[in-house]
Amino acid sequence: MINMTEGILSGVLLDEVQLSIDELARACAVERTWIVQHVQEGLLECVTIEVISHSDAGENEWRFASSQLVRARKLVSFERDFDANPEVAALLVDLLEEIAELRRRLSK
Amino acid sequence: MEYKDYYKVLGVSKTAEAAEIKKAFRKLARKYHPDVSKEPNAEARMKEVNEANAVLSDVEKRAAYDSLGSGQAGQDFRPPPGWDTGFEFSGDGMRDGAGGNSRAPEDFSDFFASIFGNAGHAGRAGGGGRRGPSGQQMQGEDHHAKVVIDLADAYAGTTRAIKLRAARLDETGHVVNAERTLNVKIPKGVKAGQHIRLAGQGSAGFGGTAAGDLFLEIHFSPNDRYRIEGRDVIETVLITPWEAMLGACIEVPTPSGNVQVTVPANSQTGRKLRLKGRGIPGEPPGDLYLELTLVLPSADNDKSRELYETMAREMAFNPRDTREAGA
Repeated sequence: MINMTEGILSGVLLDEVQLSIDELARACAVERTWIVQHVQEGLLECVTIEVISHSDAGENEWRFASSQLVRARKLVSFERDFDANPEVAALLVDLLEEIAELRRRLSK
Repeated sequence: MEYKDYYKVLGVSKTAEAAEIKKAFRKLARKYHPDVSKEPNAEARMKEVNEANAVLSDVEKRAAYDSLGSGQAGQDFRPPPGWDTGFEFSGDGMRDGAGGNSRAPEDFSDFFASIFGNAGHAGRAGGGGRRGPSGQQMQGEDHHAKVVIDLADAYAGTTRAIKLRAARLDETGHVVNAERTLNVKIPKGVKAGQHIRLAGQGSAGFGGTAAGDLFLEIHFSPNDRYRIEGRDVIETVLITPWEAMLGACIEVPTPSGNVQVTVPANSQTGRKLRLKGRGIPGEPPGDLYLELTLVLPSADNDKSRELYETMAREMAFNPRDTREAGA
């Protein structure tokens, strides 16, 4: 949702609102099945929330944090650019995340 | 518009076979991949490499590109009218086979947009829209951009002008790259790596579908004094030896203004003083840690030399003596 005040746009801060599987898929320009496979293989993290559905039983849906959008986009680019298999791409992204963490601790 | 020599970008000959192009692309991708490269302008170079690969690795696009004849890279270029007659671009152009991944359209040049953007309908080659497996039109592409802010902006909130290049349809139905500027509110309390989503600010949808979204990823500008961990902020505070040893009340500039802080006596370098709730605002707010660093005055005049000599003579202190350690 966009609010416009004198030409200034206000967006939605992710993490206050988390992405659904379809939104994440679209933001990474991949098919929904790509996300499902990567979550099932433990390469992407999600939280499960219960949503009220039309039937009596609640349905569980996945939600993704802002950090997972960054991670998913890196996975996509490594798989695409190097034809890397998903596990190798994830290993690479794990290492990059660790390097970023170490660099952050070093930076003064 | 500048002519792009895609063969030159990838460093291959015009007769290069698919395997050779793939190899050249991988080699350059490894060199310039923005997530790993230390090369200057890695991101810009990677875009060029991606664009060249998108054309040369696609049989149909490569044939169309070759039929343009050769121009000189950098020279002004206009495609001859009707040049693309007889070419049929299948697929959405941005998508390669593996995993159905597609590329963000904002990554490509005006040259690319003018050559492949007006072939077929815009939803395909210009990358303005995505097509599902069944071929129906889908919502416009999402766009991604980074925005760099100062730590103080996360405390107070700010507004940033974001320049974006995006493909859009002109009045003749051709895809052109257009630049636009958005003024975006950055709310207070944002963390590094967090996204702001602007619904409807991505590529336009086609066939009456909704536009994509724009995702802005927050980055902080590097700062010598502050280190940021989530919403917690660690600030290096330089203190004198007498403040550290005797204790003192000192004034410290922080991202939310100056504060008076008591340095406890016998503080060593590395001691952290926590100011609860004075980190980046939020629910809950982060904490601000003041990390003390002792700075010793130089013995560069008679007086200071005399003081150090007195200390050397009268203080039984040897930090290398293990028996004294911790004393």
